[in-house]
Amino acid sequence: MNNRVVITGIGVISPIGIGKDNFWKALVAGKSGVDYITRFDTTDYATKIAAEVKDFDPVNYIDKKEAKRMDRYTQFAVAASRLAIDDAKINTDEIDNERFGVIFGSGIGGIETFEEQKEKLINKGPKRISPFFIPMMIGNMAAGQIAIAFNAKGPNETVVTACASSTNAIGDAFKVLQRGDADILITGGSEASITPIALAGFSSMKALSTNNDNPQKASRPFDKDRDGFVMGEGSGVLILETLEHALNRGAKIYAEVAGYGSTCDANHITTPLEDGSGAKRAMELAIKDAKVDKSKINYINAHGTSTYYNDKFETLAIKNLFEESLYNIKISSTKSMTGHLLGAAGGVEAIATTLAIKNGIIPPTINLVNQDEECDLNYVPNTAIKEEVNYALSNSLGFGGHNATVLFKKYE
Amino acid sequence: MVLEKLKNIIAEQLDVEKEDIKLESSFQNDLGADSLDVVELIMAIEEDFEIEIPDEDAEKISIVKDAVDYINNNK
Repeated sequence: MNNRVVITGIGVISPIGIGKDNFWKALVAGKSGVDYITRFDTTDYATKIAAEVKDFDPVNYIDKKEAKRMDRYTQFAVAASRLAIDDAKINTDEIDNERFGVIFGSGIGGIETFEEQKEKLINKGPKRISPFFIPMMIGNMAAGQIAIAFNAKGPNETVVTACASSTNAIGDAFKVLQRGDADILITGGSEASITPIALAGFSSMKALSTNNDNPQKASRPFDKDRDGFVMGEGSGVLILETLEHALNRGAKIYAEVAGYGSTCDANHITTPLEDGSGAKRAMELAIKDAKVDKSKINYINAHGTSTYYNDKFETLAIKNLFEESLYNIKISSTKSMTGHLLGAAGGVEAIATTLAIKNGIIPPTINLVNQDEECDLNYVPNTAIKEEVNYALSNSLGFGGHNATVLFKKYE
Repeated sequence: MVLEKLKNIIAEQLDVEKEDIKLESSFQNDLGADSLDVVELIMAIEEDFEIEIPDEDAEKISIVKDAVDYINNNK
């Protein structure tokens, strides 16, 4: 018999707030985290806006010397993990540390460190490259540092599937716990890539909104006037635990993870399949994995990036899958508020989905004013709604054609 | 003068209090440095004192006094 898997802790460092309470309050209020980029001079850049994490001081969560040896993406990851561990009331001295692990996602890793050191290489030569360059930059170091911080000696892996990274990580963590290879896993993802070269790269792809005059209105998924995504940063962490282990230690339970689907378009490096079939199959597999009738699903936290293609084809995927039960489903893109956290998106969106189930409130898609005719579903425009959510999906789709869906259900 | 400047560098690099840095303090045993910290510390000394410390000399620098002597003899 497979183990049931539940969520017992949440930690979030996001552009709309740090900590689950601030994050949720902002989501329900429909607050945008997008503003002008402050971390570097954007004079020469077509896009001058992003959803930066504000008021983040790593020393609130991490020893000062350790923090200095971490890229910002790892600082976010360790900080969010600390919030999640505290929330789950896990005493790491009292658990079986060999059955306590980390399965984490990041799309890019320590790109800020990479840029700083490349500049040093050019200006000062190879002898000035920091010995911490490699360990700070590599994309698996968040998982490594989380394990060091919390003495997690069990399975430890990093998933890199671009913007689907965290959702794949959560799905993989679910499977590890389901088959009994661990008791508790720290999962989710982290990203900190609002840097000159990453901004320039996404900009060259014409993937980013250039709505510089109205930062808070720039991320507008499913709206006719959408013109690209807005980069975000941060980390979303969930503590997943086998139900048995959670009950034995009297943990509070937010929701259950019940299904996972993972597919690839195998078609184009960046553009999704025009019939949305890759995303459709990921949702279908998650629903089948959870052994639930698809008509029971009433909320989807969409990938909804605010790019022309994503929102059109993801809508098509949802329509093709749900058919007659389609119009019961509420869909929202919380990226309208948080921006697109890339490899961390699935982590913060899993948290949004979990809290929607727990609180019976569906967060809105803000800036949905002039709905695209091709996007003709109920995206919960602009205002959160009260509605009981028993079964929900969280979708993430990434460059490379990766499609991942996790199914969450109310814990009963 | 050299010691004072060096203490500032060590305090910054290793996140230790200046008063805990003694001439006989070992970087790794007393001041909490690991092998990567020592490499970075040597780089900072090279930069701030505008000297070159070849690897074979750097390997012999393990306590604060070693660094002071090296700087005094090579600047």
